[in-house]
Amino acid sequence: MHDITPNASALRSGKRTGLFTGQLNKWHYASGAMALLVAVPLLVVFSGWLQPSTDIWSHLAETLLSQLFINTIKLVIGVGLGVMLLGVSLAWLTARCDFPGRRLFDWMLMLPLAIPAYVMAFVAIGLLDFSGPVQTALRDWLGAGNFWFPRIRSTGGVIFVMVLVLYPYVYMLARTAFLTQGRSTLEAAQTLGYGPLGVFWHVALPMARPAIVAGTSLALMETLADFGTVATFNYDTFTTAIYKAWFGFFSLQAASQLASLLLLFVFLSLMTERLTRKRSDYHDTMRSGQTPRFRFQGWRGWSITALLGLFFSLAFLLPFIQLCLWAFEAVSKELDARYLGLLYHTLVLGLLAALVTTAGALVIGFARRYQPDRLTSITATTATLGYALPGSVLAVGIMIVVTQVDSLIHTLLASLGNPATGQILSGSVFALVLAYVIRFMAVAHGPVETGLSRIKHSLPEAARTLGATPPHVLTKIYLPLLRPGLFTAMLLVMVDTMKEMPATLLMRPFGWDTLAVRIYEMTSEGEWERAALPAITLVLVGLLPVILLVRKTLQDR
Amino acid sequence: MDLLLEVNDLRCGYNNQAVVDGMDLHIAPGKLVSLLGPSGCGKTTVLRAIAGFEPVTSGEIRLNGKIVSSPGVRVPPEKRNLGMIFQDYALFPHLTVSENIAFGLRHHTARSQQQVVDRLLELIGMEGYGKRYPAELSGGQQQRIAVARALAPEPSLLLLDEPFSNLDIELRERLAVDVRDMLRSQNATAIFVTHDQNEAFVMGDKIGVMNDRRMLQWDTAFNLYHEPNDRFIADFIGKGSFLRGELISGETVNTALGRISGNRAYPWPEGTPVDILLRPDDVLIVEQSPMRCSITDRAFMGADTLYTLRLEDGVELLSLMPSRYDYAIGQKVGIELVIDHFILFPLEPIVETAQADQKLPG
Repeated sequence: MHDITPNASALRSGKRTGLFTGQLNKWHYASGAMALLVAVPLLVVFSGWLQPSTDIWSHLAETLLSQLFINTIKLVIGVGLGVMLLGVSLAWLTARCDFPGRRLFDWMLMLPLAIPAYVMAFVAIGLLDFSGPVQTALRDWLGAGNFWFPRIRSTGGVIFVMVLVLYPYVYMLARTAFLTQGRSTLEAAQTLGYGPLGVFWHVALPMARPAIVAGTSLALMETLADFGTVATFNYDTFTTAIYKAWFGFFSLQAASQLASLLLLFVFLSLMTERLTRKRSDYHDTMRSGQTPRFRFQGWRGWSITALLGLFFSLAFLLPFIQLCLWAFEAVSKELDARYLGLLYHTLVLGLLAALVTTAGALVIGFARRYQPDRLTSITATTATLGYALPGSVLAVGIMIVVTQVDSLIHTLLASLGNPATGQILSGSVFALVLAYVIRFMAVAHGPVETGLSRIKHSLPEAARTLGATPPHVLTKIYLPLLRPGLFTAMLLVMVDTMKEMPATLLMRPFGWDTLAVRIYEMTSEGEWERAALPAITLVLVGLLPVILLVRKTLQDR
Repeated sequence: MDLLLEVNDLRCGYNNQAVVDGMDLHIAPGKLVSLLGPSGCGKTTVLRAIAGFEPVTSGEIRLNGKIVSSPGVRVPPEKRNLGMIFQDYALFPHLTVSENIAFGLRHHTARSQQQVVDRLLELIGMEGYGKRYPAELSGGQQQRIAVARALAPEPSLLLLDEPFSNLDIELRERLAVDVRDMLRSQNATAIFVTHDQNEAFVMGDKIGVMNDRRMLQWDTAFNLYHEPNDRFIADFIGKGSFLRGELISGETVNTALGRISGNRAYPWPEGTPVDILLRPDDVLIVEQSPMRCSITDRAFMGADTLYTLRLEDGVELLSLMPSRYDYAIGQKVGIELVIDHFILFPLEPIVETAQADQKLPG
């Protein structure tokens, strides 16, 4: 914080100076280091292609690769269409229409965000599979073979589950877009002879398109990153193949080659999101008050209520109740020292990741604030790109680097006559926490950046003229003023870390099982009841940030 | 008397682009001075360089004789014993009024902090507000707290950056007088940056007028108005009009209104085209005078009325007359020129800048 000044006035006047001004300083180095955290594992993953290809790879390529591509493409198209359709129509109903219970649904429709996709997956299978309660009841009632029931363990089943948990991304962004559309634009369309559907189709939807595309891309990035859901469904995608290459064939190289293929899909979604984000500001600049809603009264209104109620039960209520029932059945057996151990590990990892990530986000925020040149902007953007990297890809990249470093340390120690173990970093939580930090940096960066932008530059300057040294300015001015933002950042990272499955599964040191790991182990054996207690724990924890989000969106309603 | 602040040949800027250039400023203890100029002229940069927030690309800044800024040297702001008052007040929103004022008193005991806070709250007339938070106060009150906070550590020099520009006009004038009296009562030394000439005149014993990165004139308010050394200042400060003419001799100019002479001679060659600065109070309306013109506009201002006059050749002049004389728009009147300060500006720059000898040293 010594050099808070050189470009303060450049920043004030909103000027972006050239690539960088004069020589590099510590802010360049700091944000550059954060960018390397993301860039190095990425490059390492791609460098897997530079080594001669192995037997394992040719085996995978012959037997699996085309299926992986087809499965991934099916998944992306299905989930993409599904979340778009569902998210947009729900957003239109709650933001632009009126019907009984609209205010409740407004926020209740965000609740499915709290359910990790892999939890929804095993609840759906447990409920709807051949031996599940629904089909059993139908058989008892109608007799076996007398009814048709869709096979849940299918492509359609995976897509169905993913859409149910991921549509809120589109719902929330589209809802905001619809809410901020100016009254006059929509009214102009109405005076030109368009009804509710016409206004929606020809005006509101095109105006909200950037938000919808951005939300869909986010949902697709989650889809591509997902491991737990597809694993539960035995639906082969790149993430499950990476897991198999790693744990089945112990080949990090084959895993890295698979990971780089997965990254191609990720980059496509990322580009789409970034490009549309830039243009997402073309809603009305002249907002002329509350736009009147289309009112649905009588039986029409109530049928919408009934439809949304049914949907909400499917997406949140029923899974939640089923989880509670299972957890209740198993609680006497499962709530033991081991569960507490899992909970403890989960919380420790979450807290550790939250602290480190938030500190990192603070460094990036300060670099952006005090060194607002192009170079810092590029490095800071790179450093917050990790959210697009699937946990399994990150795990592969980090593990390759870390084992290299370990073997270096090992040789070094051995040459000093100290026969130490070769797993210094790779066998510790260090590598795992690093993966969390990289993946969730953007999550922490958002609230920290918002908090920083609210602190006028004159405040730290005033403190300096009153004799405060840079460390004092940090502790007396910045940290107290940033407290709400830092709290939000830490909460978000902590919850995301607790729910994270693939990287945790691949990188956890021996004896560091978490709730997510336990869920994976139990669901892969079909033990739904035993997975329910950790699952309900994660859902309850996951509700915390959703509540924050709901409160925020209700404030600016 | 030793100088408190010396700014010598200061240059600041980024990317080879100067924001301030060739700036000199010397201030003795106990003086209140103003830096006046349009926005973007570099005055705030000078202030921030003195505070230690802007690096210096050439020249130097000395406080009490010691170099605090020069190329490669920058004593950090907290080591300069300066106080600064910001345009947006910069009160710490998470601290109470008392805590804000006591912020710079870290090395005092709790008791002496309380004494200073109480004394300053009394000075600014806000006893009893110590437990409030800045957000609960009006703009004017926040401004006073900012002054108290800056005064609390007894800085050797106080820097005020457009401190009144966020207040409404009425409050602005009253507060400027109040703040000046507070600073005087504390025997403070202060530099006051503003784009508002009335504030600059209220606050400063001496005023530096800046334009386009440079200091143009360092003078009293009276001299800036009556003896501007630059056409920009003549325009920028007060109202006025220019009468075109041609130099006949050093002290006489031939104009459409005849020959006009003044109290000083200019060393420029004969025939040099010049403009004579006419302030509204230099132009008197005298009914029977042979210099004829017509009144095209009038602005009633209470004690005085400002008339816009048009000569036969279309040149416009301003005249300020006591409002008991009342002339109508369209009326033909005669005028007389009473020029105590004979200020000429050449139409084109004169190569040997003879104007230099007019410049008064700070």
